[in-house]
Amino acid sequence: MSRSPHNRDERLQALLMPLLAIVTALILGGLLIIVSDLQVIAAFTRIPRQVAVPFTNPETEISLEEALWRHPNEVVIGDAVEVKGKQLRVVGDVRDATTQIGLDEARALYPELGPGVTIHFTFFQKPAVGLRAAWRAVRVAYVALFEGSIGNPRQMAQALAAWLRGDPSLLNRAFYPLSESLVTSTPYILTGLAVALGFRAGMFNIGAEGQYFVGGLTSVFVGYSLKGLPLWVHLPLTLLAGIVGGGLWGSIPGWLKAKTGGHEVINTIMMNYIAFALSDWLLNGPMMRPGGFRPISPEIEVSARLPRFFGGDIRFHAGFFLALVMALLVYWLLFKTTIGFELRTVGANPSAARYAGISLTRSMVLAMFLSGGLAGLAGANDITGLIYYMPNAFSAGYGFDSIALALLGRSHPLGVVLAALLFGTLRAGATRMQSVAQIPIDIISILQAMIIIFIAAPEIIRAIYRIKQRRAQEQPPEADIVEGVQA
Amino acid sequence: MSAVVTIVDPEAKRRSRALGMTFIAMGLIIYVFFVRSSSPGQLATFGLNPGRQTAATPIPNVTLPVLASLYAMALVAVALGVVQLVRGFGRAQDLVLGLVAGLLVLGFLTWAARDQSLNLIGILETAVQRATPIALAALSGILCERSGIVNIAIEGMMLTAAMVSALVGSLAGSMWVGLLAAVLSSGALGALLAVLSIRYKVNQIISGTAINILATGGTSFISAKFLTQYQHLNNPGKFSNWPVPVLSRIPILGPVFFENNLIVYLLFGLLIVLHVMLYHTRWGLRTRAVGEHPRAADTLGIDVFRMRYINVLLGGMVAGLGGVFLVLGSVPRFDELMTSGKGFIGLAAMIFGKWDPFGAFGASLIFGFTDTFQAKMQILRVPIPSQFMRMAPYLITMIVLAGVVGRAEAPAAEGQVYEKQ
Repeated sequence: MSRSPHNRDERLQALLMPLLAIVTALILGGLLIIVSDLQVIAAFTRIPRQVAVPFTNPETEISLEEALWRHPNEVVIGDAVEVKGKQLRVVGDVRDATTQIGLDEARALYPELGPGVTIHFTFFQKPAVGLRAAWRAVRVAYVALFEGSIGNPRQMAQALAAWLRGDPSLLNRAFYPLSESLVTSTPYILTGLAVALGFRAGMFNIGAEGQYFVGGLTSVFVGYSLKGLPLWVHLPLTLLAGIVGGGLWGSIPGWLKAKTGGHEVINTIMMNYIAFALSDWLLNGPMMRPGGFRPISPEIEVSARLPRFFGGDIRFHAGFFLALVMALLVYWLLFKTTIGFELRTVGANPSAARYAGISLTRSMVLAMFLSGGLAGLAGANDITGLIYYMPNAFSAGYGFDSIALALLGRSHPLGVVLAALLFGTLRAGATRMQSVAQIPIDIISILQAMIIIFIAAPEIIRAIYRIKQRRAQEQPPEADIVEGVQA
Repeated sequence: MSAVVTIVDPEAKRRSRALGMTFIAMGLIIYVFFVRSSSPGQLATFGLNPGRQTAATPIPNVTLPVLASLYAMALVAVALGVVQLVRGFGRAQDLVLGLVAGLLVLGFLTWAARDQSLNLIGILETAVQRATPIALAALSGILCERSGIVNIAIEGMMLTAAMVSALVGSLAGSMWVGLLAAVLSSGALGALLAVLSIRYKVNQIISGTAINILATGGTSFISAKFLTQYQHLNNPGKFSNWPVPVLSRIPILGPVFFENNLIVYLLFGLLIVLHVMLYHTRWGLRTRAVGEHPRAADTLGIDVFRMRYINVLLGGMVAGLGGVFLVLGSVPRFDELMTSGKGFIGLAAMIFGKWDPFGAFGASLIFGFTDTFQAKMQILRVPIPSQFMRMAPYLITMIVLAGVVGRAEAPAAEGQVYEKQ
């Protein structure tokens, strides 16, 4: 009996499940975009209202702007309109008169939205209008998401072609979205690694947010207070300060768990809030920028900044490579060293580890130090690579997102990197989606939550897509992580 | 048989000693920090009447000589510590701990108010207001955790309920409909937590985190998409204060506790109901059994899953009340992330109160008080950064959890997946 086909099948499923989770989340997100789209709502509900300029009674009247914005027949840039049998595209400024038409002109051609007109929104009179609006809402949103995260493919190709011809001026604009995605992914990689390392060692580090804060504080302090050092001394010191700060902050709950049994979930949450208050105090007191009134720290020295590779507004910096190196290091530590073996043994079965002579205290504190250190490095990375000072609103919700990353990446460094790239891409793209399609950036959180649920409860995905589980006795890989944490 | 057998538990003895040292330390804190920076002749005035029209009978304000009072407080604390060390207070030691903590707070207030006057009632009133959502969150945590399900999604449940109460309350034009819808929505999140944790056996921290992210994203999404744009969708109105007929006439207690709105009274009611239910009914016994030893409970024929489903559902609804309070009970509008960690402070209050309804309420009052007071500190020119006061609840919780002062015992089966055999 050969086991290989069965193994291959299982591996395929291990790849397939996260993919299906992501796709399902995107589909559900699309549904959310549709049902929350005002034009769709307008098409599906009946609200007869008069268009008036200026409007005085919000119950019965809406403004012309709002009517134009809400109505499915609205003419916007990018639409195709029919003029004398010709299909023309509506654009901002007309360059090619045979295929394009100006926005004002297009609106003039379709004057049905003038003041005084009553708008009835009914789905059953014109179902196509509602469906078209729904399709357009999703398409506009996801196209914006794609173009905001990867870039516009045609623009990128043109820029590359121009560059080959010796004109690099278009590159910046075309590759800006891609650079932003990588920049956004960098702290995700690091905080995701932090939580994943904790998972492997049986520690539930829910405090990456606080460790990120403290790492930012310590690194910014080293970054602005030491002066006159060369880059190759100052920059590593600044990053190291972030690691040590976050690491020490993280090792307190580890030590408390080992010594007193106090659950690290509660303690890390508590330490998050302590970190916020601490940072609030430092930035309003000892670390406040001299001569300023805002709670921000001074700027760090130029010698403490991570180098950027491209000019202009391309913010891509060396931190991305640093994060990749850290992923390699974490892989090496976890799977190729004795310490890593001990950490994983403690995570998988603490009592067995103790009988094998592994010090639980040492392992727990070490695991939380490394985990916190990675989160602290994420903070230092954002300080030294992006903003160069510490603002009071430093947080971006990494604490909870990183749990999603570790889960999605199955607590494996490679998986975490891929998951972080996905999340960073989504987040960077969502910014454009917000400005183009008026879809709040928070939709990314909703997608993330759904991905966590689908990854953590694969039975839901199996039920949706009717995937049979091979053998019930084999537990899904998440079970290992979860068992370790609960013990 | 006349011999009395005393069983000396070394752990208990150690803790009793630690407690004695703590009392003395608190006394010394009063001396070192407060006595030494006060001078003779200073007076502190405490206002005991609310600064507004009330039904309460007016009483005179209290003026204390600062130095003498502080000396007395420090001495009492140290004396209690010595007694604890020498012979111990036995079962009353938790009560004494509360007393000494109260002395420390009073000492702090006396010191802060030296040469000034401080409206104590005003502070206490605000403290109760701030404690209400925390206490409701803590009760939600107790309901869930006593049955063995860790609920770190309280924050998300509160946030959802707050948003729904604002939106539905405005749409329906009725606060009652808003309240109902909000409680149902957070109950639905409770159901989601229960289904994920019980049916799909997802780690409870992970399902809780997912719900938190979902709630944060969902409420901010709706807020950004609709509520900020259409102000009339975010104007549900507010439950007004309703003085309890006779009780509100009592000085001090009347204005602080009995001149509040509906949700505060609901909290008081829930406290009593939950206490009675938990310790004096079959449901309570079963809940605790399921949380401590589900296998044994199952053997006795208790449906473990059913108990947990019911408890988590109820817990979700109670957490929702806390969210409703933030909107319909105070500022009648929803703002993004308006819970700002109150759900997690509620968890802390639950731990601090040792998973007991009244204990958790007491802890919430302390947290509400520190929260109120840190806002007052700048006005009183207290030379301590208010941020440190803000850290206090979290630090206290960590200390309590570490078992330095009084051990907090979580339900034994908390967080574990139960598999039927």
